Amino acid sequence: MSNLPIFDVAGSALQAQSVRLNTIASNLANADSIASSPDAVYKPIEPVFKAVPASADGSLTGVQVKQIEQTNAAPIKRYEPGHPLADADGYVYAPDVDPVAQMVNLISASRNYQAGVEMLNTAKDLALATLTMGR
Amino acid sequence: MSNPLTSYFGVSAVAMPLRDQRMKLIASNLANADTPNYKARDIAFDDVLRQAAGTAAPLQTTDARHMNGLNLQPQLFERTPLQPSLDGNTVDPDIERAAYGRAALEYRASLSFVESKTRTLMTAITGE
Repeated sequence: MSNLPIFDVAGSALQAQSVRLNTIASNLANADSIASSPDAVYKPIEPVFKAVPASADGSLTGVQVKQIEQTNAAPIKRYEPGHPLADADGYVYAPDVDPVAQMVNLISASRNYQAGVEMLNTAKDLALATLTMGR
Repeated sequence: MSNPLTSYFGVSAVAMPLRDQRMKLIASNLANADTPNYKARDIAFDDVLRQAAGTAAPLQTTDARHMNGLNLQPQLFERTPLQPSLDGNTVDPDIERAAYGRAALEYRASLSFVESKTRTLMTAITGE
């Protein structure tokens, strides 16, 4: 907690959105991670955001990543007998990552990250102007 | 408020902390643009400022229990979403960004008023 709480609030937003960006990167990177059993397959992850009071009177609210959850979407089962990872019946398993949904999430996260940066910049300019008042 | 400087600086000095608080609230809203069930809030700014302007000459009190009318408690209200979202979040990032820009500009305006008053005062003190 500092004297400039906007920095805390905007900082918490940047942090949360960057965790979100990271999870999206993991999901997209592992979209084609094939496994030979449904249990071993990569599970797409998703952060859960939570509002946290940043001041004693509760008028200020930052954001925090409460947890990172694995989605329990069933893996996609594909018949590929020639695949080196195919199981005894000739099936391989791929994670159920929807690239479109991930990209939409990515845009949302990056826009909100940018909003946080702008917020910080404006708050910084105003704080500087106030500090140099009367000079 | 009995400080003579306070009446010298006028309503801008009261407005500045309020505008600051409003910016913090809008920053909270923007930070929680993706938090499920978060409700966007704002200050009913006009009411508070009118209240503050009306009390530029505070009421005389003769007893500790008297109120001098300077109870500047900002009235928070929750925004009504134009397009409600599925996750219960009522933050509209466009509205919040516009409000933030406006609040920043208003803060700067108040600041420049206070600043010019400060400069006048400094001229009077130093006599230069």
